Amino acid sequence: MAELGAGSLSLGDPAFNYQEHELNERLKRLYPAVNEEETPLPRSWSPKDKYSYIGLSQNNLRVHYKGHGKNHKDAASVRATHPIPAACGIYYFEVKIVSKGRDGYMGIGLSAQGVNMNRLPGWDKHSYGYHGDDGHSFCSSGTGQPYGPTFTTGDVIGCCVNLINNTCFYTKNGISLGVAFTDLPPNLYPTVGLQTPGEIVDANFGQQPFVFDIEDYMSEWRAKIHGMIARFPIGERLGEWQSVLQNMVSSYLVHHGYCATATAFARATETIIQEEQTSIKNRQRIQKLVLAGRVGEAIDATQHLYPGLLEHNPNLLFMLKCRQFVEMVNGTDSEVRCLTIRSPKSQDSYPGSPSLSPRHGASNTHLHTGADSPTCSNGVTPPNKSKSHSGTGSSSIKYPSVSSSASSSTSSSPSSVNYSESNSSDSTKSQPHSANSTQETSLSLNFRRNQTHVTRSSNHDSEMEIEAEHYTNGVVEGSSARIMNGTYKHEEILQPDDNSIDEGCTNGRQLCGGNQAATERMIHFGRELQALNEQLGREYGKNATHKKMLQDAFSLLAYSDPWNCPVGQQLDPTQRESLCSALNSAILESQNLPKQPPLMLALGQATECVQLMARVRSGSCSFARVDNFLH
Amino acid sequence: LFKCLLFFQKYSKCDCEVTATSRHYVDRLFDPDPQKVLQGVIDMKNAVIGNNKQKANLIVLGAVPRLLYLLQQSSSSLELRTECAVVLGSLAMGTENNIKSLVDCHIIPALLQGLLCPELIFIEVCLRCLRTVFISPVTPVQLLYTDPTVIPHLMSLLSRSQRTQEYITQIFSHCCKTPEHQTVLFNHGAIQNIAPLLISPSYKVRMQALKCFSVLAYENTQVSMTLVNVLVDGELLSQVFVRMMQRDQPIEMQLTAAKCLTYMCRAGAIRTDDSCVVLKTLPCLVRMCSKEHLLEERVEGAETLAYLMEPDVELQRIASTTDHLVAMLADYFKYPSSVSAITDIKRLDHDLKHAHELRQAAFKLYASLGSNDEDIRKKITETENMMDRIVSGLSESSIKVRLAAVRCLHSLSRSVQQLRTSFHDHAVWRPLMKLLQNAPDEVLVMASSTLCNLLLEFSPSKEPILESGVIELLCSLTQSDSPALRVNGIWALMNMAFQAEQKVKVEIVRSLGTEQLFRLLSDPDSNVLMKTLGLLRNLLSTRPHIDQIMSSHGKQIMQAVTLILEAEHSIEVKEQTLCILANIADGNTAKELIMTNDDMLQKIKYYMGHSNVKLQLAATFCISNLIWNEEDGSQERQDKLREMGFVDILHKLTQASDPNLCDRAKTAMQQYLA
Repeated sequence: MAELGAGSLSLGDPAFNYQEHELNERLKRLYPAVNEEETPLPRSWSPKDKYSYIGLSQNNLRVHYKGHGKNHKDAASVRATHPIPAACGIYYFEVKIVSKGRDGYMGIGLSAQGVNMNRLPGWDKHSYGYHGDDGHSFCSSGTGQPYGPTFTTGDVIGCCVNLINNTCFYTKNGISLGVAFTDLPPNLYPTVGLQTPGEIVDANFGQQPFVFDIEDYMSEWRAKIHGMIARFPIGERLGEWQSVLQNMVSSYLVHHGYCATATAFARATETIIQEEQTSIKNRQRIQKLVLAGRVGEAIDATQHLYPGLLEHNPNLLFMLKCRQFVEMVNGTDSEVRCLTIRSPKSQDSYPGSPSLSPRHGASNTHLHTGADSPTCSNGVTPPNKSKSHSGTGSSSIKYPSVSSSASSSTSSSPSSVNYSESNSSDSTKSQPHSANSTQETSLSLNFRRNQTHVTRSSNHDSEMEIEAEHYTNGVVEGSSARIMNGTYKHEEILQPDDNSIDEGCTNGRQLCGGNQAATERMIHFGRELQALNEQLGREYGKNATHKKMLQDAFSLLAYSDPWNCPVGQQLDPTQRESLCSALNSAILESQNLPKQPPLMLALGQATECVQLMARVRSGSCSFARVDNFLH
Repeated sequence: LFKCLLFFQKYSKCDCEVTATSRHYVDRLFDPDPQKVLQGVIDMKNAVIGNNKQKANLIVLGAVPRLLYLLQQSSSSLELRTECAVVLGSLAMGTENNIKSLVDCHIIPALLQGLLCPELIFIEVCLRCLRTVFISPVTPVQLLYTDPTVIPHLMSLLSRSQRTQEYITQIFSHCCKTPEHQTVLFNHGAIQNIAPLLISPSYKVRMQALKCFSVLAYENTQVSMTLVNVLVDGELLSQVFVRMMQRDQPIEMQLTAAKCLTYMCRAGAIRTDDSCVVLKTLPCLVRMCSKEHLLEERVEGAETLAYLMEPDVELQRIASTTDHLVAMLADYFKYPSSVSAITDIKRLDHDLKHAHELRQAAFKLYASLGSNDEDIRKKITETENMMDRIVSGLSESSIKVRLAAVRCLHSLSRSVQQLRTSFHDHAVWRPLMKLLQNAPDEVLVMASSTLCNLLLEFSPSKEPILESGVIELLCSLTQSDSPALRVNGIWALMNMAFQAEQKVKVEIVRSLGTEQLFRLLSDPDSNVLMKTLGLLRNLLSTRPHIDQIMSSHGKQIMQAVTLILEAEHSIEVKEQTLCILANIADGNTAKELIMTNDDMLQKIKYYMGHSNVKLQLAATFCISNLIWNEEDGSQERQDKLREMGFVDILHKLTQASDPNLCDRAKTAMQQYLA
């Protein structure tokens, strides 16, 4: 709250803090679609936007009249600090009449910015009010219409703005009085006006529970809008509709390289896959490498399979190399790995169908560097960690060991259990680990829901079901509100490497796995990277993003424990995902295939549309949220 | 049987082929091989689904008794018995005639017997069929209660499955029509058994359980009082109902939950100022009246709301300001709309069917809204074309509409202002009089009651009504068997006689006849007696009228007065009688009728010393009139009464604690002093 009047409560007052907390909680619950950074909600009367005969107190919630009150020329109004955001869908506030004063000429209503404050609400253009002395409603006019009962000391008058159909109704002591105004303009401010001495009213913008059950009213509209969406007529295009959906699912599977699933789906739905089987598998293999942190191998494979691709995408190549450097620090890149432990299995040890889906944003044309927090689940926190863990364990058993030739000892044992074992042996690593496991458990909670979703569209393809278990369509709640799709278990990606990972882990997390030769190799690589940066700088001009990326990567070396340093975030395996999807998109683009799956485009489109609705003041957006429909 | 034959003939003529195949189905039921019989029943099942003609054919061909026989045979396999019940259930889904035939074949006892079978699947199909039969309006609900073991058994089956729950609660809610039915179900633990179903995962079960409660609680204090204390999963039942009224719930559920709470409130189990009534039930019912709902829902909503607030002025006030209810109801009169007539026949048909229902519901609700508050009445009469609508409603063909319209008119007629203005402007008395000519008793009661108000002396309608020959009509009402009609008839006459002209009074006496007047004075209904005395009192006002009437009917009136004073009557009746006596004492010649009647004077004396002040006052008033100075022969009367010891009594009364009585006695004493 920016403006605080000379109220009896001060910021430090616990009662005030409690009220403030209550207010925030209630507003969040009532208007979840409102982005307060863009469109703040009214929380008090504005000490700036009022006539001089108006006095404010009690945190700018109490309004009293301090003029002469001789005639209507002495009327005075005050507006709230902010207009009502359209994204509220349905907005509501209440005013309690503390005292009707001399004559009780009080008006409660709405007005636009700039309407004369030396008037009662309702008398002027873009001003609307319900007056206590006669119970009339005033719709931008000096003469009122009979509307409701009169109101006086002790009454609580509520004003509800329906931004879906642009109407307004009032309530008196919790009873709806029916529609007062229609065709309301946008951006109205809650407004009260007083006219005679002694008149005092208190506003409730959500500080206290409302007398009227506004949430019940909202629930009716939510049900209406959901019903409208569910019953949206598709008319003659019913068959077309189905094939569109099938293509969307199919292209999504292909995009992420779920080869077997995609084939099965195509068979069941009799659709055609655009891309060659081998091409899908190639992409899948490269993605797998990136996600496993073997960026060097990924670069080699890309150059081998798609010659010229990286040469045409120097930025992408640079990012890959940067990541490779980070992975060297991590000790996961094959160039340092081969020096520390046994050489990794060759690529063909990967499952024929990838089980990993990168997470990426709705608009992932560029990389999200460092901005992502590792908790990318869709906000589900496991109620019981151990329980969900066992759930994960059982699903890991089903993990496609089908084609993994290397899974002799570990495939049947859930990787998450492995992880937590090592976790307990080394307390210094506990933090990132537990973060991972939280994420993982929340994932497992989503499995079942996701599973039914996919199963339905795949005609109960059992193969599909198994794979689907490992992914989820989650949405990350965040300021950027990007849609995240799928995340994976970072532990499992490493699993095919026999028991090497166990060793790697128990070895402790040391720079480049603690191997001197590897460290030297890393330093050397760092120099190459530096050179590449300079070369790129010469060819394409200085690139600030590159510089920053490089700096961040090199900074890792400045700390004794890079995993627990300010830039340690980079080492988190989830950071590989954005790069992975960028590479995947680049490959697809080079093959003249869409760089984004249509499903994600549609989802992003829907989300954007809903946000756009809020901006163009279509109130129904608050009840048509995309995440309501993602199960 | 004859009907059946005709039916059969008709079908055999026009539909030989169908009948032939139908016959084949029936024949297979008699096959000696049980396996073939089973196959026959299954084929029959598939043949009748959704085919009403086929159903009728099979019934005519006598399939039902055979199916029932197979169903009841213990030698039949479970599968066969189940399939039989399925086919019977399918037949019951047809027309009302089908149901009648099934009931005539005693299907109900057979199916009820089937419920004793241990197999759940068989129980379920039997219940399903029973449900279909019982929800039909042609089935006598009493059949559920003939065997006293049936209800307890149904209660015990409630725990078996969601299906049994749904069917049984549906049967209950359709078969609970009288207070006796409510009591039977209540005594067999309906509340405890059904309450948990309100939170069943199945919507159908929840809905049917809710319906059960609404029929159980209707006008039943015992049930309602029990309901308020019932907990469902730790939550009070009223709160469960409130949740069911949430605005995102299906309308049917909101409406039925509101009904439950309404009935509980009317039965006194929930206070009318309880927030679940004021803030939830009432607004929910008002919402149901809005245009966006189905016509049936709007009718039910308005009727329930009218019932909810009928006795409570505060609820009437709240409702009158909720969501523009008064204006919203005006829309109820716009069916069928001109649009519906043009656009499609189906819609027109639908609108026409509900138009009467809508109008009567609106009238009822207006009546309830305006029954106490003057401001609300004003608001109602100011609603567009309201008075015209009532006037035309009074002469509609549908009795329900006429009754509701006259109820509404009656409610509004309690307003002095409306009587003086809108009632007169719209000449409502005219259709009202017409309505009184030939109507069933319920309409007559309301209409005559309204007429009473229209005949009040300040009502401008009084004159034209008098001229329309209403006296004969009212006199005939006083001879009705219904006490309510007798009261209204005599009440209207009483109002009419108030400060009336001589000729009107004479006309009333002539038309009513003294015999009928005295019959009314011995009426078993004390209201009738009171109003008759009131009529007498009004007739006996102003001196010339008193003398005129007493000269022709003095003997009978004095007799009647004596009888009433001697009999066991309430204080009010005696007071009224003494007032009549006081009026008689005010006449010039009529006085003598009292003065010459020593017995009557003794009675007056007795009442002057009565313990009730009102009676003392009336008796003293009477004496005061007798001894009034300025009149002829006052000296003699004073002397006579002094001899009889009245002065002593008056003297005593001047010391009375009641100021009125004291004053009255002093005034009387002054007559002696002057």
